[in-house]
Amino acid sequence: MTMPSHTAPTPAPAAVPARPAVDWPGSLKDAATAAFVALLLTVPLVGLRTVDRPTGLSIEARPDEVIASIVLVFLGRLGLGLIRQGLALPVLVLALAAAAVGLALPMPTQVLRLVLVAGGGIIALRAAITLTTGRSKLSQAERDRRMDRVAAKVQHATKYIAPVAIAFAVALPLTPLADRQLLDIGILLLTYIMLGWGLNIVVGLAGLLDLGYVAFYAVGAYSYALLAHYFGLSFWVCLPLAGVLAACSGVLLGFPVLRLRGDYFAIVTLGFGEIIRIILVNWYQFTGGPNGISGIPRPSFFGIADFTRTPPEGMAAFHELFGLEFSPLHRIVFMYYLILALALVVNVFTLRVRKLPLGRAWEALREDEIASASLGINRTNMKLAAFAIAAMFGGFAGSFFATRQGFISPESFTFIESAIILAIVVLGGMGSQIGVVVATLLVIGLPEAFRELADYRMLAFGMGMVVIMLWRPRGLLAHRDPTILLHGGKTPRVNAGAAR
Amino acid sequence: MDYFIQQLINGLSLGAIYGLIAIGYTMVYGIIGMINFAHGEIYMIGAFVALITFLAMGALGITWVPLALVVMLAASMLFTSVYGWAVERIAYRPLRSSPRLAPLISAIGMSIFLQNYMQLLQGARSKPLQPILPGNLTLMDGAVSVSYVRLATILITLVLMVGFTMLISRTSLGRAQRACEQDKKMAGLLGVNVDRIISLTFVMGAALAAVAGMMVLLIYGVIDFYIGFLAGVKSFTAAVLGGVGSLPGAMLGGVVIGLIEAFWSGYVGSEWKDVATFTLLVLVLIFRPTGLLGRPEIEKV
Repeated sequence: MTMPSHTAPTPAPAAVPARPAVDWPGSLKDAATAAFVALLLTVPLVGLRTVDRPTGLSIEARPDEVIASIVLVFLGRLGLGLIRQGLALPVLVLALAAAAVGLALPMPTQVLRLVLVAGGGIIALRAAITLTTGRSKLSQAERDRRMDRVAAKVQHATKYIAPVAIAFAVALPLTPLADRQLLDIGILLLTYIMLGWGLNIVVGLAGLLDLGYVAFYAVGAYSYALLAHYFGLSFWVCLPLAGVLAACSGVLLGFPVLRLRGDYFAIVTLGFGEIIRIILVNWYQFTGGPNGISGIPRPSFFGIADFTRTPPEGMAAFHELFGLEFSPLHRIVFMYYLILALALVVNVFTLRVRKLPLGRAWEALREDEIASASLGINRTNMKLAAFAIAAMFGGFAGSFFATRQGFISPESFTFIESAIILAIVVLGGMGSQIGVVVATLLVIGLPEAFRELADYRMLAFGMGMVVIMLWRPRGLLAHRDPTILLHGGKTPRVNAGAAR
Repeated sequence: MDYFIQQLINGLSLGAIYGLIAIGYTMVYGIIGMINFAHGEIYMIGAFVALITFLAMGALGITWVPLALVVMLAASMLFTSVYGWAVERIAYRPLRSSPRLAPLISAIGMSIFLQNYMQLLQGARSKPLQPILPGNLTLMDGAVSVSYVRLATILITLVLMVGFTMLISRTSLGRAQRACEQDKKMAGLLGVNVDRIISLTFVMGAALAAVAGMMVLLIYGVIDFYIGFLAGVKSFTAAVLGGVGSLPGAMLGGVVIGLIEAFWSGYVGSEWKDVATFTLLVLVLIFRPTGLLGRPEIEKV
């Protein structure tokens, strides 16, 4: 590769005499330190792989990958250091060259190619930004202010974006584009949007960190599955019941733990989520254990018509009722509209409740618990309400999930699900409804689009969470305007929330 | 009675492991007030490094068990602490002045990342290992048999605890660490390099977790990339149980949880042991929110 030219110290400073001299020994030392850390990190785990052999476990050395990662870390760190010292142009050229090499030449592994292209691309981007703005890096505060402005604009534009987005979502199944796969992805996205909006009530509005939201999702799903299995109840009877049961479990859990402080609360909700999952696994006489429940009945068209070609006794066929050609897609389209409606219910509820005393009490509690308690807000009741309502929505989503899948097992309700939903809320910007949508598209949509990279999906997911948090700790579209202002918002606005 | 003592020793060794991990949680929580969610993964990495070191030594022809154990311990502690350090440096340090949720999300992301990183590199299948330290010590005329590994776990934990307590209470490093725990800004003004102390806290926590990982490998003889999650949650439970921020509390909490788990599996059945642990956590938090040895915290306006 062309990279070693970096290490030749003399020519470059002479080329740009106007700038202060580049601190070559310092940069090299810094890059070497980073490379040494990379060496320590990669030697045991990347360089030595365990291999299953018939005779037992054995080990295989992969020195090339260790060397590759060390070289990449060294060059990357050096490049960043040099950009900061005003050598953006040569670094840009070299980084682009590296990316091109990664694209064009054959590489021993795909990972190496990916790292080369991505790393070269990022450094080239960084260098390009430096060249255009003349500065290497915005300060954190400056970047925050910029992003806040963008977020505020997006929030204000929501008035116009939201109807368009909803119209698009409504029209989607009617367009010729809509095939089974697209609708399935749409249903998946909408399910997570609904869960995100539901959790947003607890995390975004009431400011309680819930790490076990998936428990209520599970309660809803199992409520429907078990009620249908043991009592033969239909989806439309079970949907409200599932919500009620989930809300009850929310109250049951919330009552003892809501007086705990932030992190303790988080860990208890996590524990509760695990307890529910363990119960589902172990109480196999009732819940089917790890095998789950299969053959969960599909929903009918509001109890009037069925989506099968030959409906059971006493039920009309959907396609006959509306005089349509039979198509298995009808059910999917119906499911799509169902979850869209459920999600919009959550959204409308959240938007309205913010204007009610209850919602204002939540926002007050989030901003300052002690102050609001001293102003006479009943902390426990308010939090309990938030918890129960969010749990109810989780329960709805859960019973939808059960009827869509037709099969559920405890596998679907692991901690990682809770983490994903929480990540959606926090990455989007806590309390921001549009943020949830954007974050869902990022967190769920992107990995769906790159299904081929299945193995690397969760890896990239974890890394993405870290990167977004580093880049924008308050979430992508965090922007807290008070919902209600005195004098109808005529007083000069202060971005009060932005200070947090 | 024999059965009781058997379970007691099982519980103590298990508790020692939870305690070692819990110390990492409690120190980090004490000093920067965040749940280091990736700590369970650090423990998992420790177990894997130990396994890989052992296999590598086998490939090099080193089979003398004491030497193998010492090298495993050293390598595991060294490499795992680098991981602990790197996690802090990459994912937490830039977020030190951010809203409270940001580091937690970053930590969850890091935990997911490390889990999948390990799964990709070393494979998803669980890794069995033949016993390195076979043999039992029989007590009470053969009624109770204790494997050497479990005894070694308890002993090593005791030694580490004594050393660690000395480190925290006697050395200047420990003093600086306690100062940072009280007031980072003031400690910084008085010449303590706060960043370095926080890094060292992570390094120490990771080293102790690595010991726990190695011990689990030796006791159970099988590990996989997913062991970090449950162990992490339970150890955090142990830390909360003992009182977050208190080192003896973390150890005590670990032992209590280990004993509960052992006795519950021994007398009730192993399926519900996790439920017992979490229920205990909820009960403790309700009736004694500061944990067994924790100081009451005063909320300030």
